[in-house]
Amino acid sequence: MSPALVLRFALAGLAANKLRSALTTLGILIGVGSVVLLVAVGNGSSQSVQNAISSLGANAITVVHTEGAAGTTASTTAGTPAGTTAFAEPQNLTVQDAQALTQTQGVASVSPAVSTSETLSYGASSDSASLTGTYPSYFPVEDDTLSAGSYFTTQEVNTARDVVVLGSEAATDLFGTANPVGQSVLVAGIPFTVVGVLATKGASGLTSADNTAIAPLTTVQDALTGFGSLNDIVVQATSAALVDTVEGEITSTLDLRHHETAADADFEVLNASSLLSTASSTAHTFTVLLGAVAAISLLVGGIGITNIMLVTVTERTREIGIRKAIGATPGVILAQFLTEATLLSMIGGALGVLAGVIGTRFTIVGVRPVTVPLSIPLAFGVSALIGLFFGGFPANRAAHMRPADALRYE
Amino acid sequence: MTRPLARHAAGPRSETQAQAQLQPVIRLVSVTKTYGTGEAVVHALRGVSLEVAEGDYVAIMGASGSGKSTMMNIIGCLDVPSAGQFLIDGIDTSSLDEQQLAVVRNRKIGFVFQAFNLIPRMSAVANVELPLSYAGLRAAERRRRAESALRLVGLAERMAAQPKQLSGGQQQRVAVARALVTAPALILADEPTGNLDTRASHDLMDVFDRLNVAGRTIVLITHEADVAAHAKRVIGVQDGQIVADRRLSEPDALPPLLGQPAVRP
Repeated sequence: MSPALVLRFALAGLAANKLRSALTTLGILIGVGSVVLLVAVGNGSSQSVQNAISSLGANAITVVHTEGAAGTTASTTAGTPAGTTAFAEPQNLTVQDAQALTQTQGVASVSPAVSTSETLSYGASSDSASLTGTYPSYFPVEDDTLSAGSYFTTQEVNTARDVVVLGSEAATDLFGTANPVGQSVLVAGIPFTVVGVLATKGASGLTSADNTAIAPLTTVQDALTGFGSLNDIVVQATSAALVDTVEGEITSTLDLRHHETAADADFEVLNASSLLSTASSTAHTFTVLLGAVAAISLLVGGIGITNIMLVTVTERTREIGIRKAIGATPGVILAQFLTEATLLSMIGGALGVLAGVIGTRFTIVGVRPVTVPLSIPLAFGVSALIGLFFGGFPANRAAHMRPADALRYE
Repeated sequence: MTRPLARHAAGPRSETQAQAQLQPVIRLVSVTKTYGTGEAVVHALRGVSLEVAEGDYVAIMGASGSGKSTMMNIIGCLDVPSAGQFLIDGIDTSSLDEQQLAVVRNRKIGFVFQAFNLIPRMSAVANVELPLSYAGLRAAERRRRAESALRLVGLAERMAAQPKQLSGGQQQRVAVARALVTAPALILADEPTGNLDTRASHDLMDVFDRLNVAGRTIVLITHEADVAAHAKRVIGVQDGQIVADRRLSEPDALPPLLGQPAVRP
């Protein structure tokens, strides 16, 4: 018997109960659609994190202060070759360290920075934002651009002036549509004059890069963080090709200044690509979780197929008996019902892919979904397999009905 | 796959006369059938032996519970005997699996049921084509044969009709067309007039009579004496055994009631 004929019988079987077929298809549609959509959401958020990091620029190198390997110092010392008297106390990352780095070959700029989270207020409105204290060279490295006013100057850093540049979201939260430039905001109760507002950068992953305030390093240390360690030093290399060399230079310079070895370093040197790989692995986990949730709904859809095919087979027992009496072999009956189940799941799969792809055109919880091309054939293929797998049991039941009993079925 | 069918399709069966006489179309040897086990065991058939020659027209009569339906299931290869031997057209069915039995049903037997058993939402001609589809025939050949079978039962005008658009008598004639379209060795009819009025019953029996004249071997299962009167041989079944075997005319003679006008009540 030809496959075309099996297909025709299967289509006739599905057409016999259109509402039921449509509802079963809906189950698979939702499953496949959510796989495509949620994986796209996961992928989209991962890409936006990656974009945010790459917007730091390929030339940027960040030295981050860590608590140091104080706990392991003893053992490290034990392993130090005789003659070296190095005993590394975790040290602060200081402005002097930053100045030392400016001497390094291939460095374009060095921006020491401290960061903290503070409440900003203006009149009745207030906003909790991240506050960074740094030098003006920080702005180009961070890819910041102004929408109003100006950056603060090195002169203002040196004289520790109470000036601040607001991120676009912080500015809107405090001032609404009014122009903040020249106004005075309270940062942790201390008045700062707003000199500039940054252009919107957009969300980077799950946090906003726009809810920030940037002020001179000296002012922030003076008023808020004290003169302890810097949080990080952002170094810009003169070219992307020099990043690795510069990174090595920074490490050896700082190791020397802090009298320590790589094993007990109290700082970490990161560049865009190392940040990127950390962020990607987080985003990957997120995508896998979303995909798993969607896969469960696909599984539920598959069970729906088994359920409805069992009902169909029972309802059509007599028809199965007639077909067997006039010569349908078990294989042909199996093929007919498997085809029905697979058609249900494949139609559902195709519509689900369509729904998923349409869904990715919309922004979902602040994330612009980016379709993973592989997810489409994969979800569609899995839906076809689901039809075969979940239709298998009912189809097998139909194939092996005893014709005499099936004909007697009322 | 189509070759054995094509051999029968060549018309009135082409084996030599000697072979046909040696080999009955159906042959039951001490067939028993039991259902259930232990206390609940039911002996539906208690050792039935029967031979039906080619061209014969047999009515199997019995009350409900007599075992005639079980006999019909076994003759129709819908069920297998618990013990004993059943041969159809020389093929011993006890050695066949589910798949091979399906092929035997397709090639050797044409079924007509009491409840018509047409497939709903399929046109008359599509229903008649169905056994040919399972036999693997090409679409054009199926259509040609199905149309000629429908013409033979007098339904040339209603080929595209769905079963629900046809009267009971017409539906049963579609079922007869479906039964004979594969040119089977045996046409097996289970209470074919059970759901029909007198007029439709008479028309249907007339179709059976003419098919027998054309050389078809027919086995009818019935409990109606006036239906059985059309047959050349009447077998009585009671309590799972053959209790009577009456011959009304010879297998190569004409059916006894051929061409007689309908008896109007």
